Amino acid sequence: MKQTHIMTTPILSIRNLTVDIPTRHGVLRPVNGVSYDVAAGEILGVVGESGAGKSMAGNAVIGLLNPPAHIASGEILLNGQRIDTLPRDEMRRLRGKQIGVVFQDPLTSLNPLLRIGDQLTETMLAHLDISPSEARKRAIAALEEVGIPGAAQRVDSYPHEFSGGMRQRVVIALALCAEPSLIIADEPTTALDVSVQAQIIALLKRLCRERGTAVMLITHDMGVIAEAADRVAVMYAGQLAEIGPVREVLAAPIHPYTDGLMGSTPLASRGKDRLHQIPGAMPRLDALPPGCAFHPRCPYTQDDCRADPGPRIEDGAGRAACFHPISRTEVA
Amino acid sequence: MALVSIRNLTRIFDVSKPWLNRLIERKPKALLTAVSDVSFEIEERTVYALVGESGSGKSTIGKMLVGLLPPSEGHVEIRGIDLAQETDADKIESIRSDIQMIFQDPYASLNPRWRVRDIIAEPVAARGGKTEGLAERLLEQVGLSARDAGKFPHEFSGGQRQRICIARALASEPKLIVCDEPTSALDVSVQAQVLNLMSDLKDEFGLTYLFISHDLTVVQHMADRIGVLYLGRLVEEADPDTLFDHPAHPYTQMLLAAAPKLDGFGREVPPPQGEIPDPINPPPGCAFNPRCPLAAERCRTERPTLRDVRGARVACHFAG
Ligand SMILES: Nc1ncnc2c1ncn2[C@@H]1O[C@H](COP(=O)(O)OP(=O)(O)OP(=O)(O)O)[C@@H](O)[C@H]1O
Ligand SMILES: Nc1ncnc2c1ncn2[C@@H]1O[C@H](COP(=O)(O)OP(=O)(O)OP(=O)(O)O)[C@@H](O)[C@H]1O
Ligand code: SF4
Ligand code: SF4
Ligand SMILES: [Mg+2]
Ligand SMILES: [Mg+2]
Repeated sequence: MKQTHIMTTPILSIRNLTVDIPTRHGVLRPVNGVSYDVAAGEILGVVGESGAGKSMAGNAVIGLLNPPAHIASGEILLNGQRIDTLPRDEMRRLRGKQIGVVFQDPLTSLNPLLRIGDQLTETMLAHLDISPSEARKRAIAALEEVGIPGAAQRVDSYPHEFSGGMRQRVVIALALCAEPSLIIADEPTTALDVSVQAQIIALLKRLCRERGTAVMLITHDMGVIAEAADRVAVMYAGQLAEIGPVREVLAAPIHPYTDGLMGSTPLASRGKDRLHQIPGAMPRLDALPPGCAFHPRCPYTQDDCRADPGPRIEDGAGRAACFHPISRTEVA
Repeated sequence: MALVSIRNLTRIFDVSKPWLNRLIERKPKALLTAVSDVSFEIEERTVYALVGESGSGKSTIGKMLVGLLPPSEGHVEIRGIDLAQETDADKIESIRSDIQMIFQDPYASLNPRWRVRDIIAEPVAARGGKTEGLAERLLEQVGLSARDAGKFPHEFSGGQRQRICIARALASEPKLIVCDEPTSALDVSVQAQVLNLMSDLKDEFGLTYLFISHDLTVVQHMADRIGVLYLGRLVEEADPDTLFDHPAHPYTQMLLAAAPKLDGFGREVPPPQGEIPDPINPPPGCAFNPRCPLAAERCRTERPTLRDVRGARVACHFAG
């Protein structure tokens, strides 16, 4: 059972996060006033189309924004403590210890010249108060836990001796070995086959459940979100369009963009009918329309949508950033 | 007669290290069988989809079909003509211009230094055909504007670039288009636009598609007939309803169970076991036997052949 105090204080809390990129032609804002929480043992899915700002928001949390991109305003709290103001080296320590990171390409997280086992023990020795022999024992156990067959033999292999799916398991073992309270997984299965993806997602879900780890799962795959996430945040042009329990948001979206996304996804039950089309494409950051960023593509646009300030999700409470959300009273 | 008839198609790649290294390391030649004894037919004006995981041989079949790769064994016949054996140059030329290909990456497949007009007209210009106003007309047909003809590829989004690729494929008025993962690099809302466009063009021009994809929902939406590949072998072939409602091959069953479902909230299924084996040393007998829950002794020695099972063709000793 989860304890009440864990339920009430989220592991991760992002408040009004804004990321800016100054350029010669003005300031771009890839993340614009985004707020969300992730609780212990919860998987928050972050979806949206390419360029929506999903990775930027994730990178801001782990302190890995590439300059000149930087946090312009807002707060990031981990277990109730501000982390966005921490100095670089403290942030680096936090990243191994408190926050585990899994990227799309496992090779970005693995050192090609080091044996798998040494990478695991090094990370553990840096963050946990244990002996080298204990660390090696735990490294083998960690590899077993993520489903590497023959872990005791393979612990001394190099990354290139593993398949893509196996490498991603090793990265997950690495992300988890210092027992972090938060995992940020950015498209962890996008490069993998369906069967391996199913294995990795099942693994993430089990670890999150058994250890109470909070997970921020960034992906553009709605099916993965439906099956893995407890809640989902839909991003559009740097902003949060809709957020809520995954079943409600995907099965009965109230933001016209989420509704359009779900309609344009091929679905068995829809047969061969034409797919719903959202006209146009997501605007570029240097050409954002005034008011609601979605208004040029939205079938429900009214005059108030075209003027600033655009719609916002009220801090912590609201579900959709929309002046005229789709009414779902008939379904409820 | 079927428009395309593929018979016993096999493609083997020599992936050995250079001979000197082999000599020093005493390694034998390494041969990779990317496609192994695959046979199927594509009827005119239908969509035949090939699905399968990475490395299953989808693109290699597509490339052999359009003539970018010669088969190691077997035949590709278009309207009964085998391009590898035909000697009449005119016949070869006319069949070649009937086939076009669209690739996954709309960024890599457009020359960045050419204007869109020249990119689209190139297949026709190369044959000395008339290209006056051709690009402008085709741009309108794929939902872009005639004015876009003077622009360069970098001025377009991914979805728009894929439309340009489609316009180029249409330029020589083909009968058959091989589409290799045409929407895999696109967002779902853009994918919907491109898939709708492909369906419209198919009806309008009476096109036939070989549609290659690893995305089961996309395939289910587009295909009239689906072939499932595993390690270069065709393991099952059926129409979408049969395949999705009653998959007969254990691998197809595994694939369908593992694919994430849009309405699969909180779904917990035991994930598939194991991974695709090394194609240089495929398992003997049925290539799926190390991962198959039904595998028996016979599966480890005898390769199953395709046979009819309730409206499908299935390569499994025990299906049906
Ligand atoms: N150095 C940069 N200069 C200018 N714009 C940038 C820079 N880096 C990123 N961007 C822009 O920031 C926006 C957000 O990018 P981000 O990588 O967060 O998107 P994403 O939602 O993760 O997309 P994807 O699904 O493609 O990974 C994009 O529009 C991108 O073009
Ligand atoms: N030119 C080549 N030389 C050597 N091996 C090759 C070559 N082309 C393909 N292969 C191998 O043949 C097998 C089939 O590759 P192919 O590209 O046809 O797979 P695919 O089903 O299209 O996979 P994906 O979904 O990743 O595109 C793979 O094992 C691949 O490594
Ligand atoms: S605010 Fe207006 S334009 Fe924006 S999504 Fe809602 S209805 Fe559409
Ligand atoms: S032939 Fe045997 S191993 Fe292959 S799929 Fe059928 S039961 Fe499984
Ligand atoms: Mg990203
Ligand atoms: Mg391919």
